[in-house]
Amino acid sequence: MNQLNRRELLASFLAAPVALNGCARREPLPPLPPGEIVGASAAVGHRLRQSAALELADDQWQRARVVIIGGGIAGLAAARTLLRAGVDDFVLLELEDAIGGTSRSGTGDVVSYPWGAHYVPAPTRENLPLVELFDELDVFEGVDERGDPVVAEPFRCRFPQERLFYKGRWYDGLYLWAGASADDLRQWQAFQREIDAWVSWRDGRGRRAFAIPMASGSDDPEVTRLDQITMAEWMDERHFSSDRLRWLVDYSCRDDYGLRLSETSAWAGLFYFASRRDVPGGDSRPFITWPEGNGRIVSHLYRQVKSQCRLGWAVLDVNPGANGIEVIASRYTDSTLAGWRADKVIFAAPQFLTRFMIRPYCETVPAHVSEFQYSAWAVANVTLTTPPQSRDAPLAWDNVLYESPSLGYVSATHQRGMDYGTSVLTYYYPLCAADPVTERQRLLDTDRDAWADVVLTDLEVAHPELRQTALRLDVMRWGHAMIRPTPGFVWGGARQAASRPFRGIHFAHADLSGIALFEEAFFRGMTAAEQVVAELQV
Amino acid sequence: MNRTVTLYLNVFVIATCGLVYELVAGTLASYLLGDSVTQFSTCIGVYLSALGVGAWLSKYVQKSPARTFIEVELAVAVLGGFSAPLLFLCFAKLAVFSVALYGTVFGIGVLVGLELPLLMRILKDAMEFKDLISRVLTFDYIGALIGSLLFPILFVPNLGLVRTSLVFGILNALVGFWGTWILESTISGNVQLLRARGVLALVLLTIGLIKADSFTTLAEDQLFSEPVVYAKTSSYQRIVVTQGPSGFSLTLNGALQFSSLDEYRYHESLVHPAMMSVVEPRRVLILGGGDGLAAREVLRYDSVTAITLVDLDPAMTQLSAEFPPLARLNHRSLFDPRVHVVNADAMLWIEEVGEPYDVIIIDFPDPNNFALGKLYTRRFYRLLRRQLHDAGAVGIQCTSPLFARTSFWCVINTMEDAGFRLHPYQVPVPSFGVWGFAVAKHGDFEPPSRVPDNLLFLNSSVLAAMFSFPNDMTRVETEVNRLDNQALVHYYDDDWRSLR
Repeated sequence: MNQLNRRELLASFLAAPVALNGCARREPLPPLPPGEIVGASAAVGHRLRQSAALELADDQWQRARVVIIGGGIAGLAAARTLLRAGVDDFVLLELEDAIGGTSRSGTGDVVSYPWGAHYVPAPTRENLPLVELFDELDVFEGVDERGDPVVAEPFRCRFPQERLFYKGRWYDGLYLWAGASADDLRQWQAFQREIDAWVSWRDGRGRRAFAIPMASGSDDPEVTRLDQITMAEWMDERHFSSDRLRWLVDYSCRDDYGLRLSETSAWAGLFYFASRRDVPGGDSRPFITWPEGNGRIVSHLYRQVKSQCRLGWAVLDVNPGANGIEVIASRYTDSTLAGWRADKVIFAAPQFLTRFMIRPYCETVPAHVSEFQYSAWAVANVTLTTPPQSRDAPLAWDNVLYESPSLGYVSATHQRGMDYGTSVLTYYYPLCAADPVTERQRLLDTDRDAWADVVLTDLEVAHPELRQTALRLDVMRWGHAMIRPTPGFVWGGARQAASRPFRGIHFAHADLSGIALFEEAFFRGMTAAEQVVAELQV
Repeated sequence: MNRTVTLYLNVFVIATCGLVYELVAGTLASYLLGDSVTQFSTCIGVYLSALGVGAWLSKYVQKSPARTFIEVELAVAVLGGFSAPLLFLCFAKLAVFSVALYGTVFGIGVLVGLELPLLMRILKDAMEFKDLISRVLTFDYIGALIGSLLFPILFVPNLGLVRTSLVFGILNALVGFWGTWILESTISGNVQLLRARGVLALVLLTIGLIKADSFTTLAEDQLFSEPVVYAKTSSYQRIVVTQGPSGFSLTLNGALQFSSLDEYRYHESLVHPAMMSVVEPRRVLILGGGDGLAAREVLRYDSVTAITLVDLDPAMTQLSAEFPPLARLNHRSLFDPRVHVVNADAMLWIEEVGEPYDVIIIDFPDPNNFALGKLYTRRFYRLLRRQLHDAGAVGIQCTSPLFARTSFWCVINTMEDAGFRLHPYQVPVPSFGVWGFAVAKHGDFEPPSRVPDNLLFLNSSVLAAMFSFPNDMTRVETEVNRLDNQALVHYYDDDWRSLR
């Protein structure tokens, strides 16, 4: 890549001074570490849209009571629920050759690492199915005085949890306390009071405003009204002008939704802060995490349902008829076609795929489908010879760069207790500089080497030695990483319309909650399967 | 300044430098080989005899004694100046060290021995013989006196050994360089070439001085009250050994680990209460303790058949095995066939459960960072319990209950929370102050009432007294130290900060 292109590339992904600085040095750059693009779904996915009319011979058809489409958390949760209800005559079709969706993980020489979701706030006792799941993973040891399960030490996020890089130094925590003015602190406290007000808020039926899963929270107009404005407008109305407060909220929106403060529904923005706090003034729920992030949960679920799963199968057609539903899929390694005749289908893939798979939807796309928009993300895993060096606040689990459009990195080796030698960092970059279609194109137009250069140039600001210590750098390009809870989406009706079963097809995905959380995916998968089981028994 | 006087100054500087080089060699030899009487007397002996050899050789210098004088002076500057760095490089290898040591001392001696006769030949026409002898020898002896005083008082405490020898080398070379002007009229041949050599010597020595940080940093030389005799930055930590008049000390990342003067108090207290709490201990695990000193105490027990020593840093266990003063102090414990050394992070190593151990000795550095703090967490102690035999005992160092009272009790409280039964105790270790330990088992037990005979510190009456705590060290409530709060590292920071 020549200098000019490189400068344009860096400038388009990183703050201008960083890009200039990255290009300014005279000495030749060391070669990029080896690595590759992980995951092939983009190419396969796009092939889906071009499939011609499909005719299958009789011997290509099989029977299954249920077909689950999608092997992310929702699909796995649905499969687990079916098995536990005694329904084992089902098949789960996953497009990728690895199970887990955005919770999947990778395996390195020293430690496993996440490719997407990497923690779950500890569930409270009310979320029984999740408590039960985590019990199977030996995550808990006893209960606390309130009766909530206590997370065992190895699965709690290791201290220090977070640190922030700002103007050449690392600081503890995510809020930039250093140099905060009296007005900054006053606004910080006022913001906390606003959150606390929502934490203690209850509707006429005693429901919290923001609960996990979100369906157990309130749909009172006082709450749903928040969905009509952006988080930025909500902050403006309350005169929250402090740069560092707005940065923190913007960071949180990018982190959880891949959206800017000015694009995020105020309902979603407040959900992020208020749903994790048990009581006003209390701490957030502790984080449950593993070195490979939520990949640990995926492996656990996959073990339970493995024999029913088919990996690398792209579903081409879902055709509901009088005598059940016909599902046709193609194995992308050899283009083998196969069909299943099922009583029920659990569609556990994102909504945007319905228009390419469900035959009546292909013919007339329902209005709600186009309401579902997704943000694009790049995730990189960087293997280093030594842990990243820093003089100030020591390496934390989550390491955030204040001045970067990326979200910084999470250290898998830190959680594993490996403090010396080879280290693995997982770097997250939500593409939210323009509309999602443009950003998705930019994501896919940027190849491995270009992404590697962006990642290293960004992190070099905090760790100048990084290019010398990087052994490997792999990149995952998530075209549709997260549902975008922009104003009007969560409570505007599309979600509710999309959640309704359609001629024996039940829908299950986190996007039906409007927020891409593990708990939502698990809940959606579980409830869809429960409904299917109930209908099968009638 | 008159030519003769400046030449006396030459004599003075040569004598000072010569003596300093000899002192550097003698000091390093006594640190490394022990027995300072023998080392100093052999060094002085070799040096003096080499002076004689040099004086004898001077008669073979036929033409231009002035030129040879300058050349010799530059050679002394380079050899003497680099003597300490050279010997430091040979430090860990005893055989190489002896050759380097006596070779350097002899070489310097020969060169210095050449100088005085040559100088007298240069000056012989300028004055009467009796004046010449009296003045040259006077300046020679005064120079030796000044050198012997400046070396211990001014230079070693401020610059350390490496810089001291390099600084004197530079001084030596400067005087030689200056001599090319003073003696210009008597030097035959190309003077410019001689000056170029002088510049070369100065450049080399200056580079050496700049690079001296790769041996020891200036800050270290000033920080430690005693000379640094070994320093190395491993992948994990900075290891520094300093030597005092009667003993040496080991520091890791600036934190004192032991002083050879009183380490027996520490290591006897760490090891024997746990060993005496178990009948016929056979399998022993030592976590940390890369200095081999805890292993030395464990090896006193004939019942012991196997010791596994897990220490993070291969540089540390290698030093303990190969660095002569340390290998002497630990009785070459790491070479004992019963001892198996594993270089690993104890937190990761301890996850793998094998055959349980009868006694586990924990000798980690104090919890002054998160990487060490994790080795004091409830998680760690729970994993530890799986490695301990049902009737086994743990002996652990838990920092000072006086200077770091909250930290000490945090360790005790955390171990209790992990399910151990403990008896904490404290003993005085002069280098550290009051130091705290604990002996722990799975279930209730009585602390031991006897210790092996012939220990240097512990006896049954000390044992009887050490389990009680004076009022300023009694138990305080603390949080349990966990991986997700690292409470202990915070306590430890606060405890020591309040003392500053």
